[in-house]
Amino acid sequence: MDAAATVTPGPAAGAPSGAVRSERSQARRETLTVLFRKPGFLVGLIILGVWAFCAIGGTNITPYDPFNDFARRHLPPSPEHLFGTDRLGRDVLSRVMVGARDVLLVAPIAALLGVVAGTLVGLTMGYYRGIVDDAISRVVEAFLSLPVILVALLTLVVLGSSTQVVILVVGILFTPIVARTVRSAVIAERQLDYVTAAKLRGESGSYIITREIFPNVLGPIVVELTVRFGYAIFTIATLSFLGVGIQPPSADWGLTVSDEYTNMISGKWWPTFFPAMAIATCVIAVNLIADALSSVTDE
Amino acid sequence: MSALPNVETQPAAPVSATDAALKVEDLNLAYMVRGIPRPVLRGVSFEVKPGESYGLVGESGCGKSTTAYAAVRYLPRNARITGGRILVAGEDITKKSGDDLRKFRTNHASMVYQDPGAALNPSTKIGPQVVEAFTVLGQHGDQAMDSALAALKRVQIADPERVMGRYPHQLSGGMQQRVVIAMALASDPQLLVLDEPTTGLDATVEASVLDLVRALIAETSSAVLLIAHNLGVIRTMCDRVGVMYAGKIVEEGRASRVFERPQHPYTVGLLRALPRHGVTKSERPLATIPGTLPQIGTPLPTCVFVDRCPLATDLCRETEPPIVDVGNGQWTRCHHWDRIDQIKEPAPGIAQEPIPHDDLALRLEGVSKTFRAGGHDVPALVGVDLQLFDGETLGLVGESGSGKSTLAKTILGIEGPDPGGHIKLEGHDLSAMAAQRPSGDKRQIQMVFQNPDSALNRGKSVRSILGRSVSKLTGLSGKAVDDRVDKLADSLRLTQRHLDLKPRQLSGGLKQRVAIARAFAGDPRIVVADEPTSALDVSVQAAILNVLSELQAESKTSYLLISHDLGVVRYLADRIAVMYLGRVQEVGDSETIFRGPNHPYTEALLSAVPNIDGEERTRIRLDGEVPSPANPPSGCVFHTRCPRVIQGLCEVTEPPLAEVEPGHLMKCHIPLEELRRLQAQRKELVVEEQSVAPLDEV
Repeated sequence: MDAAATVTPGPAAGAPSGAVRSERSQARRETLTVLFRKPGFLVGLIILGVWAFCAIGGTNITPYDPFNDFARRHLPPSPEHLFGTDRLGRDVLSRVMVGARDVLLVAPIAALLGVVAGTLVGLTMGYYRGIVDDAISRVVEAFLSLPVILVALLTLVVLGSSTQVVILVVGILFTPIVARTVRSAVIAERQLDYVTAAKLRGESGSYIITREIFPNVLGPIVVELTVRFGYAIFTIATLSFLGVGIQPPSADWGLTVSDEYTNMISGKWWPTFFPAMAIATCVIAVNLIADALSSVTDE
Repeated sequence: MSALPNVETQPAAPVSATDAALKVEDLNLAYMVRGIPRPVLRGVSFEVKPGESYGLVGESGCGKSTTAYAAVRYLPRNARITGGRILVAGEDITKKSGDDLRKFRTNHASMVYQDPGAALNPSTKIGPQVVEAFTVLGQHGDQAMDSALAALKRVQIADPERVMGRYPHQLSGGMQQRVVIAMALASDPQLLVLDEPTTGLDATVEASVLDLVRALIAETSSAVLLIAHNLGVIRTMCDRVGVMYAGKIVEEGRASRVFERPQHPYTVGLLRALPRHGVTKSERPLATIPGTLPQIGTPLPTCVFVDRCPLATDLCRETEPPIVDVGNGQWTRCHHWDRIDQIKEPAPGIAQEPIPHDDLALRLEGVSKTFRAGGHDVPALVGVDLQLFDGETLGLVGESGSGKSTLAKTILGIEGPDPGGHIKLEGHDLSAMAAQRPSGDKRQIQMVFQNPDSALNRGKSVRSILGRSVSKLTGLSGKAVDDRVDKLADSLRLTQRHLDLKPRQLSGGLKQRVAIARAFAGDPRIVVADEPTSALDVSVQAAILNVLSELQAESKTSYLLISHDLGVVRYLADRIAVMYLGRVQEVGDSETIFRGPNHPYTEALLSAVPNIDGEERTRIRLDGEVPSPANPPSGCVFHTRCPRVIQGLCEVTEPPLAEVEPGHLMKCHIPLEELRRLQAQRKELVVEEQSVAPLDEV
C-alpha cells in the first residue's frame, strides 16, 4: 500500500511514546514537587513527624520519667520543667511526648478499619445500585443522623472500655461516612464505558468491582483515609476525656486534659494547655496533609 | 410544493470597513501547569472587520479555543498573556482589569458557548435570564421586558411569551442555543465570539441555528469570530478563515479560496483527510497526516508543521518559513507552497468485491424496547426489523432520540428488549441480556465505543486490557494469549512499546486503536461501533476509518455503524438504515440512499449537512421539534414535521416498511416515482428561486 495511505505507521506512531513515557515520570515528579511546594503539606508533615518521633522514642527521649518521677506538684513552666509539672508532680513535657503514643497507634488503626469497611460497603452500593443500594443507603443515613460521640460513649459504657473496643467503635462509626464517599466515586466510575466493555466480555460483578473499578477510586479513598485519621484523633481524645477512651495510667492527651482541667480555675493552666495544644496540632497537621492530597488528586 | 423553504448557503458578502472590530497582534499566551509556563499561542495575529465573520479551524490542542477566549479576555486563572495585544474596537483589552473589563464585556463583546444547557442558569426561568441581559445595560422594568421579547423574536422563537415562562431544561438544545444567542446579541456587541455553537446539536437543528446566525450576522455590524472543528460549518458561515496549528496561524484567506485551493500542507492534509465527494472505502483509503501535534510545552522546530509535512526539506528545519502572500488576500507560512500540488493522494485500494447479501449474520424481527420513566411507558424502539449480512457495514443514522443507541444496546445485551421480538445470531435466538448469553455468543458481538478515554480502564496497561479480553473471550491461556495480543496489536499497528503504556499516555487515535483491538480480541462476527470517530480529530478519524475498513476486508466482520456524520457513514457503510422515533423509516444500499429518491425525513437529514465544498444546496427546514417518544404522533410518526405530508392520510394510517425497489425499503405513503419527481423538482426550483431572491426570508 502507498506510504501516504497507511495509517500512522511504526516510526510516526512509535516515536512519541518514548517521549510520552519520560513525560509521564516527569509529570509524577512534578506532582510530587507541587505537593512538597505546598507549605501546608510540609508543615503538616513536620508536625506529624515530630509527634511520631515522640511516640516512637517514648521514655527513651523524655527528659524525665513521665510516670514515676515525682517533683513538686504544679510547678509552672521553667527552664527545668519547660511545660511545668502536673498535679502529681510529673513533668508535663515528658507526659505530652509519651502521650502521643496511644493516640498515634489507636487513631490510624480505627481510621483504617473505618475506611476498609466503608470502602467495601461503598463499592457494593455504588456498583449494584438498585435495591441493595436503597437498603444500605437507609441504614447509612440512619447511622449518619446519630451523633458520633454519643453513640460511641453509650457503646463503650455498655461494652466496657478497652483499646480494642475503642478502635472497633470508632471504626464502625466512620464506616457509613466513608461508604457514602466511596459510593459516589463508584457511581461516577461505573458509568464509564470500560465497565460496559467488561460486562460485554462476561466479567463477574466482583471482578469488575475489585479489579476494574477499585484501582480507579483509590485516590479519593486515600484522601478519605487521611481525613478520617484526623477525625479519629479528635474522637479518641474526646472519648478519653469523657473517661471511656484510653485508660489510666496512660499519659494520653485527652485523658490528661480531663484529669487536669479543673485546676485551670486556680490558674494552673499548663497541665491542661499543653496536651490540648498537642491534640490541636496533631489534628491540624493531618488535615493540612489531607487538603494538600485532595487538591493534588483533583488536578 | 413551492412551500419548501430554502436558504442561501453562501456566506454573506463582507461589509467593507476600514477599522477592525477585533485585532489580535502577535499574541503570545502560556498556561502555567505545575508551576511551569507552557506556551500555547505563539504569535497569533489576525483581524476581523465589522460585519465580517472569521473562522478559526484546526485540530484539538492547536489553540483555537484559547484564542477565542482571549478575544474576550475570559481566560482560565493559570493563563498568562506573555506578549502582543488584543484590540477590540481600538481598545487594548490586555491592559484592562476589574470593572473596566466587566464594562467592556457588557457593552462590546459577547460569547456563545458549545453547551447551551450549561450557559443558562438551570434554576431560573428563561424570562428573567433574558431580561437580565438588558438590565445590565441599564434598562428597567417594562423596557427590559419588551427588549427581551423582541430579542427572542429576533432569534425566531415563535412564541416568546411561552418560552420565557419555561426553565432551560424544558427547552430543546436548539431552542436553548437560540436563547443564548438572543442574550449574546442584547448589547449589539462589536464582537461576537462563537465557540463550537452547534457541536452538540443534531444536523437538522444545527442547520437551522446556522441559518439563523448567518441571517443575524448579515443584519448587524458585529464582527464574528467562529470556532468550529467542523470545516463544513466554517465553510458555510465564514468570509475568511485562519488555519491554526500548534499555536500559530499557518494559513489565512477567504474561506472559499482556502478550502478550494489550500496553500499550506497542513490545510491540504486536513481537507484530504475528510471523507468528501462521496468517496467510499472500496475506492481508496483516506489520506492521513502522520504523526501527532507537538506536545504542549516542548520546544518547537522552525516550521511548526515540519515533522508531519510531506514537503519538508532541510530548509524547513533551518529557517522559519516566511509569510507568503499568494494573492486574493490569502497567505501561507510555507517555504514550499509552490510545490503544494505534489502532495500525493492516497493510491486507490484494492477494489473490494461487492458484499453478497446471502449470509445473514444478524436478524432483528419486531424488536421493541420500552423504558419506564415517571410512570409512563416510553417506547424507544418500535417493531424494528433489520438484517445485517456477513461482512457488510450497516450505517445507522437519525437524530438524537431516534433510538440508534438503544438499538445497539439491545443487540449487545446491555438493555433487554421487550418480549415478543427476536434477535437472531446465525439463526438462533440471542438471550436478552449479555450476562445470560453463552460465551460463544458474547464473543461474536463486541463493541467499539465513542470515547476511548471512557472505554479503556485508565488504571491498566494496554497489554492487560487486551490480554484480559483475549483470555475471557477466546478461552486461551498463557503464551497463546500473549501471541494473540501481539497479533492484534500488529494488525492495529500498535508497537510493543505501546502495549506497556497506560491509555492516558497514548494519543486519542492510538487509544481508539486499542479499543478496536479489544473489540476484535475474540474474532467477532459483528462489531457495533457507536460514533467511533466523533471524539477524534479529522486526521485521526481518517486513520481509524482506514483501519476499520482494512480489518473488515481481512476478517469479513459485519459492522453496525452509528454515526451522525454522513460523510463517515457514506465512506464506511454498504447499507444504511434511517431511524426516527424508534422506527426504521428507510433502509437501502448506501448508494441508493445518497442518490435518492428518499423518504422525506432522509431527504431533510441529507440536505441539512453543512457542506464543505460550498456547492449550492437547498436545505429543507424541519419545522417543530422531535415529538416526545412517550407520546408519539398518530399515523406516520414523521407527519408532524414532514414537508410533504398528505393531509387526511399520513396522520391516520402508519405506512408499512415496504420494498419500493429491490433492496430499498421505505415507510412512506407517497409512491417512489412521486418522490423522485418531487425531489428532482425541488432541486430545479431552488436554482430558479435563487436567481430572484438570494436570501430567503423565513
